Amino acid sequence: ARLVGRGEAAAPRRVLDDEMLESLEELLITADMGVDTSVRVAANLAEGRYGRRVSTREIKEALAAEIAAIMEPVARPLPLYPVTPQVVLVVGVNGSGKTTTIGKLASQFRAAGKSVVIAAGDTFRAAAVEQLQIWGERAGVPVLTAPEGSDPASLAFDALTKAQAEGADLLMIDTAGRLQNRADLMEELAKIVRVLKKKDPEAPHNTLLVLDATTGQNAISQVKTFRQMADVSGLVMTKLDGTAKGGVLVALADTFGLPIHAIGVGEQIDDLAPFDPEEFAAALVGLDA
Amino acid sequence: MFENLSERLSGVFDRLTKQGALSPEDVKSALREVRVALLEADVSLEVARDFIKAVEKKATGASVTKSVTPGQQVVKIVHDELVGVLTGDEDPGRLKIDNPPAPILMVGLQGSGKTTTTAKLAKRLKEREGKKVLMASLDTNRPAAMEQLAILGAQIGVDTLPIVKGEDAIAIAKRAKTQASFGGYDVYMLDTAGRLHIDAELIAQAAAVRDVANPRETLLVVDGLTGQDAVNVAEEFDDKIGVSGVVLTRMDGDGRGGAALSMRAVTGKPIRFVGLGEKMDAIEEFHAERIAGRILGMGDIVSLVEKA
Ligand SMILES: Nc1nc2c(ncn2[C@@H]2O[C@H](COP(=O)(O)OP(=O)(O)OP(=O)(O)O)[C@@H](O)[C@H]2O)c(=O)[nH]1
Ligand SMILES: Nc1nc2c(ncn2[C@@H]2O[C@H](COP(=O)(O)OP(=O)(O)OP(=O)(O)O)[C@@H](O)[C@H]2O)c(=O)[nH]1
Ligand SMILES: [Mg+2]
Ligand SMILES: [Mg+2]
Repeated sequence: ARLVGRGEAAAPRRVLDDEMLESLEELLITADMGVDTSVRVAANLAEGRYGRRVSTREIKEALAAEIAAIMEPVARPLPLYPVTPQVVLVVGVNGSGKTTTIGKLASQFRAAGKSVVIAAGDTFRAAAVEQLQIWGERAGVPVLTAPEGSDPASLAFDALTKAQAEGADLLMIDTAGRLQNRADLMEELAKIVRVLKKKDPEAPHNTLLVLDATTGQNAISQVKTFRQMADVSGLVMTKLDGTAKGGVLVALADTFGLPIHAIGVGEQIDDLAPFDPEEFAAALVGLDA
Repeated sequence: MFENLSERLSGVFDRLTKQGALSPEDVKSALREVRVALLEADVSLEVARDFIKAVEKKATGASVTKSVTPGQQVVKIVHDELVGVLTGDEDPGRLKIDNPPAPILMVGLQGSGKTTTTAKLAKRLKEREGKKVLMASLDTNRPAAMEQLAILGAQIGVDTLPIVKGEDAIAIAKRAKTQASFGGYDVYMLDTAGRLHIDAELIAQAAAVRDVANPRETLLVVDGLTGQDAVNVAEEFDDKIGVSGVVLTRMDGDGRGGAALSMRAVTGKPIRFVGLGEKMDAIEEFHAERIAGRILGMGDIVSLVEKA
């Protein structure tokens, strides 16, 4: 009685009973939606349908609609403000895709006619600066750097000074990956924010938290702590080109309501797409588009 | 929300004060809580399901003595089974790095920690076992990937294969093999580009590299924060490339690490090491008890159970 089974022939209809409800929950759980959220969403769906005969396709479509409705309010592109330079700070745990996402975003802004400056705020990881410099070249955007081991906050300060002097439209600041339970590293992030505010009390105008779609329930703890320490204003989820469904975003939308600005769907410069709630929901429940 | 399994189970068993044996109904209701605990720890659903079945058999009819509560009894059975699965049936022994030059192939998804782990292991082999190690980056894909490994090599005093622009991964693997033989290296480590398990082209490339090097060890490097997708990753990498062991990274985070159970259950291959930070010494051998306690959300489980 697995609902996930493929290729139902003539779309047989079955009574929506406890067993079916449970397999719906499990479908959502395998998409990383978490137990609580999965149970709740499946229960909402059952309301008014319990005991009726439904086909798998119908029920999946209804489930997708339910999830899309939750995600609709958070699907918002990165807002552009009439301030220059608009400062975009990019944060997240190690390896989530921060640097790559900056390269992709910079390229999109360039294509939209904006002048962009990137600051290589990861002064810790080996070749982090070189990596970002290559992304800068690809996007056609200058990258400001500081020596390895130097203070990322002072680089951020210098970069903002320079971006202001040059009249750049956007300043994107990369940061080193850090796990949210590392208080010292989280404090380093808070310091970057404080220092930026000395130059511009409104900065950073956006703080993007980059989440890896492969991540399970720990993403909730990531959002909680990064929001506390760096006032996260929006999310980007990367690596949705794999088989991970990123269902934790549903719980996140519910709990925090932070906008989801974009998704990463590959390693190339154009592999950044707007977050589309319907597509996301369809993929999550395993409906072919 | 419940913090750990013990709390969950005390809720279930509050009603039950009787001694004697655990009835099938007691066990069923307790295992519902265990299932939730595992899923919240990111154990993949099908792995959790199989695990619960195994525990159900062992728990039903198990005797509960005066000194333990039914909850503790179930916790102990679950814990022991977890440790059992995580440890596996046979001792994997040491890494197979005899017959110099012994190749070690590092594979995994993008950003899982392959390059960092390559360097950490190289340092460990050099310092603890006196091995002469050569590291080669086969990552022609990610910007500055080769420079990253070269910088780490310089930091830890381990040689890296000179970078030749324009070579593909297979050519680099061949050059590494030659260099390792002629240079008198004991071990050569091949750090590969991150790849999705469903990327047929890149997976085929990794298989081709494997065929060139005939690695003694192929280590799958997996982010310890991985969720339900762990089963897909483990299945595909093991099936298409063949892994001999697993390294779990980012276990210095506050994730529950359920991916450890998924990896072990799906591949049947030992979890060799655990990455505990970004620094070059932040790697440890895998300890099943520690991870078991963590998955159940109770670090002190061993002492708790011993008291029982
Ligand atoms: N498949 C896929 N890979 C991605 C995506 N985004 C980033 N990556 C890859 O993930 C790996 C890590 O990306 P980075 O941009 O270096 O991540 P980071 O967060 O800057 O990493 P640290 O600075 O080390 O913390 C690289 O191999 C990227 O090519 C994506 O959307 N899909
Ligand atoms: N906290 C923590 N960070 C780690 C650990 N292992 C690796 N990292 C970090 O994770 C990020 C990605 O590590 P890499 O070694 O570049 O990962 P990779 O698998 O080689 O990435 P690609 O080559 O892009 O696929 C870096 O910021 C590392 O410092 C670990 O055990 N703990
Ligand atoms: Mg980076
Ligand atoms: Mg790498």
